[in-house]
Amino acid sequence: MVKEEIQTNNGVNVQYRRKRNKREMRHQLISFLLMIFLTLVAFFVVGYGDFSVWFVIPFILILASVQVGFQLYYFMHMSNKGHEAPALFIYSAVLVAFVTILAFITIIWI
Amino acid sequence: MQIQEKMTFETWPAVPEKETLEGRNKFLGFWLFLGGETVLFATLFATYLALKDKVPGPDHPLAQDLYSMPLVFVMTMLLLTSSLTSVYAIYHMKNFNFKKMRFWFIITVLLGLGFLGCEIYEFNHYVHDYNHTFSSSAFGSAFYTLVGFHGAHVIFGLCWITALVVRNWRRGLSLYNAPKFYVASLYWHFIDVVWVFIFSVVYLMGMVG
Repeated sequence: MVKEEIQTNNGVNVQYRRKRNKREMRHQLISFLLMIFLTLVAFFVVGYGDFSVWFVIPFILILASVQVGFQLYYFMHMSNKGHEAPALFIYSAVLVAFVTILAFITIIWI
Repeated sequence: MQIQEKMTFETWPAVPEKETLEGRNKFLGFWLFLGGETVLFATLFATYLALKDKVPGPDHPLAQDLYSMPLVFVMTMLLLTSSLTSVYAIYHMKNFNFKKMRFWFIITVLLGLGFLGCEIYEFNHYVHDYNHTFSSSAFGSAFYTLVGFHGAHVIFGLCWITALVVRNWRRGLSLYNAPKFYVASLYWHFIDVVWVFIFSVVYLMGMVG
């Protein structure tokens, strides 16, 4: 599948390839701006907002997860073709990570 | 296509990092490694969350006494921007523009060094002004293991990218080194992924209490 794509693009449609790379770069730039925005919101809520802890903690965790999504899917190209195996590895790891952290904050006490 | 063959933009494949078998293997193996790293950092985060503010006496500083928002903000911006500059490097790699790729990787390394400098200052400040050390409390051990391990990843990433840039300084791009640059940039993004959780879970959650 990947092979075919390379052959049709190879030398035949250089202009199209440049354009496509540029479009991908634009998406990455937009995700960078969104990530900066999410970071600013997170710092602002903690630094200057007058909110309860029960709002702030879930809120900044959601912001962090969204930001990591941008990082994985745009910066690390997981939205491109041929990333089924990386998705499998990362999501399995996230599952184990979630259970580990859940166990440590609920059933382990000192 | 030969692996060391001299290429032009016309012959350069659209997905150069996966053109050779070696490249495809590196890609797969590296993502598996990142899955393992995710679990590893999760265990360190779990330990930190379980041991946060567990200190031996009332005179020992807690998370709220230690963390300073401006420094963490500067570190976050440095690392986030360095993630973008390595995206630029890979963009130029796909367009077969070796010099621009090299330039953006150098900028990435410089931003990473800035981040590392801030972290060294931070640790030094905690140790000398607050007596918050690796062995002063369970909180200290968990904090330095988690954040220090991330810092060690930054050092390793900086050495890796620097070695690649220096080693390939005059070589130009080939199907031999394209997967190497690609995988190094993935590693650098992963460091930023971990940092996003560190600044949220350790620093911001530490400041709200």
